[in-house]
Amino acid sequence: MSEMEKLSTKQKRIKRKSAYTIALAGNPNVGKSTIFNNLTGMNQHTGNWTGKTVANATGSFEYRGEQYKVVDIPGTYSIMSHSEEEEIARNYICFGNPDVTIVVVDATSLERNLNLVLQITEITDNIIVCVNLLDEARKKKIEVNLEELSNILKVPVVGVTARRKKTLNNLLKVIRSVCEGREEIKPVYQIQYNEKIEKAIEQVKEIISRQYKIEEKLARWISIKVLDGEKRILEEIEKQLHIELMDHIEISKAKEKALDILEKEGIHQEEFKEKIVSTIVKDAEKIGKEVCQFKNKDYANRDRKIDKILTSKKYGIPIMILFLLLIFWITIIGANYPSQFLFSIFGNIQEKLIEFATYVHCPEWLSNMLILGVYQTLTWVISVMLPPMAIFFPLFTILEDLGYLPRIAFNMDGFFKKACCSGKQMITMCMGFGCNSCGVTGCRIIDSPRERLIAILTNNLVPCNGRFPFLITIATIFIAGTIGGIGASIVSTIAVMFVIVLGIIMTLVISKILSKTILKGMPSSFVLELPPYRKPQFLKVLVRSIFDRTIFILGRAIAVAAPAGLVIWLFANIGIQEESLLTIIANFLEPLANLMGLDGYILTAFILGVPANEIVLPIILMCYMQGTSLVNMEDTFAIGEILRQNGWTMLTAINVMLFTVFHFPCATTLLTIKKETGSWKWTAIGFLIPTVCGIVLCMLTTLVYHVFVV
Amino acid sequence: MKEKTVNELKLGEIGVVSKIIGEKTIKRRLLDLGLIEGTNIKLVLISPSGDPRAFEFRGSLIAIRKEDAENIKVK
Repeated sequence: MSEMEKLSTKQKRIKRKSAYTIALAGNPNVGKSTIFNNLTGMNQHTGNWTGKTVANATGSFEYRGEQYKVVDIPGTYSIMSHSEEEEIARNYICFGNPDVTIVVVDATSLERNLNLVLQITEITDNIIVCVNLLDEARKKKIEVNLEELSNILKVPVVGVTARRKKTLNNLLKVIRSVCEGREEIKPVYQIQYNEKIEKAIEQVKEIISRQYKIEEKLARWISIKVLDGEKRILEEIEKQLHIELMDHIEISKAKEKALDILEKEGIHQEEFKEKIVSTIVKDAEKIGKEVCQFKNKDYANRDRKIDKILTSKKYGIPIMILFLLLIFWITIIGANYPSQFLFSIFGNIQEKLIEFATYVHCPEWLSNMLILGVYQTLTWVISVMLPPMAIFFPLFTILEDLGYLPRIAFNMDGFFKKACCSGKQMITMCMGFGCNSCGVTGCRIIDSPRERLIAILTNNLVPCNGRFPFLITIATIFIAGTIGGIGASIVSTIAVMFVIVLGIIMTLVISKILSKTILKGMPSSFVLELPPYRKPQFLKVLVRSIFDRTIFILGRAIAVAAPAGLVIWLFANIGIQEESLLTIIANFLEPLANLMGLDGYILTAFILGVPANEIVLPIILMCYMQGTSLVNMEDTFAIGEILRQNGWTMLTAINVMLFTVFHFPCATTLLTIKKETGSWKWTAIGFLIPTVCGIVLCMLTTLVYHVFVV
Repeated sequence: MKEKTVNELKLGEIGVVSKIIGEKTIKRRLLDLGLIEGTNIKLVLISPSGDPRAFEFRGSLIAIRKEDAENIKVK
């Protein structure tokens, strides 16, 4: 956009004081986020993370000169219960005063989706029903009569295929005409409960309407809630509408009276809610039958066949491991080349910078500090972090788009249940393999706050992309190095696999310990939808994973790497009596390090490597070579020589591998834990858990080694 | 027919929900998924460790743990 254009849109916005507000509601997995993304493009304020919008994401767009604000509310099956998402969704639809609520429904399972639509019709008249995934429905030979649906519900119904942007045009037209009041809003479909219940509702409604000035429809809805007696919802209504319900004498009286009559008719308060729910479900079923035609009853056969294999007792878990291994392998192999390319570009620039510094007579200490300290560490982190993330996340997002991730949770839930956790934790661990910081954010998919916290605190126990290459290098040098040939790569792979499996086992163990101690509780109910498999949208996957995850994480890493580079440089260059600070610290840590079968420099490197795990090995090499800046070495053999010369043995290698998997999270992850938990206390615990694990494990192996071997 | 829980269904067997029992929270959650009296429910998948199991009802496939599924009575 040119400056002129920018200015003119800005002026337009000032002219029109407020924008129309649109709420986007719907079941999970109906493509709500795709519609949101296509409507708002890049004009979003928060990124959407895996599978779920937990907070309301907002964005905006312009259509025919009008400004629209879109609020993407969490995907839910219902808005009657009290899970966090349902509360957010309900509150926004009820009290957020959107100009229109679009309910996105899945054409392939309209009946279940209509349940939510009907619940929303009880709250507001300003509804557009957007039937998505029509292409999939067609493939499954399901015909949806949109016109009939519109006639029954008495709301505008628009059919779209959200992944094809063009099909959204109709939706835009309808949004516009509804918002501008061109569409005549008729009283929409109203659920009729049985006579006795209707009477009871009417009694309470009469009193509420007399006491407060509330729209007819909302008064009816509130009456139902009053009779139902759901405290959380009532409290929210009281708060938002500034009214009194539960302690209001007349309303309470009316409620008691109505409940008494119901009781006499044989409907206890307990059953009231059940009757309400089942009436809605039955209505949805009836409407669904009227508008949908299933021409092929076995439409789900293909999915079931795939499911049978992917979740089978024999192959389910091996296939999952294979998928993950394949992703890691592609990531590690594929990242090498772009990494080297970035290194050489940044290296060239570095030389130019040094030349420039000399040219302007910059004092050497200053140019060294800025170039060899700050610049080099910063570009190092970018070179080693960017390529693997730019490969891993798109691959992972493809698995996500395919619908495979819920199957992972399904396969693994049995094991996690034993640790009093949810199978969804496995998904967050898989993300953790890519980047622990993303894994921690991904924990939002876990519903129960207790289980989410456990998943956050233990995520760092699986090694991320930044730690893999280091693990492989060490395994290649010390464990496979003694064998040679093809056997070598197999042995080093096994060694790396072993520490990973250990990480997974430790995750389960620690989760269980947490569940029994500071985060006491039983596993919450686990209800997980296994959505139909879908063809991933490759281009969108690429854009989304790069912008939402890669750039975001890289930004945080850079913010930490620059000051850390300065610190590392200072440590290597400042000293007392010929000894650099680095050596002083290493000497100080030496006794602890020795107990852990490491040396002081290694521990120091892990500590200084807190901005990014990728720079731990370069710091170790810098220490050993008495250098004053990070050392980049390609040749594994040469690295091995240096390490051996500095006293590394098989024990050192094993302990370094263990400590690589089990030590404090990197700075980016720590910041993310702070953000997700909102507490420094949990961040500290997230720091301590893996660290203590690592120290104990390393001490154990050292002890065993000294007792049995030497 | 005798009343049993969905856990007793065999793979591929279809049951008709007769009652949802149990503690309030889980009961509501199951109701919200559309499991009401008369709903057809079919056991489709069993996860590698035997639990959870995935059931097909109202056009979707939902995984439910054994102890939760225990609350779904079918005929």
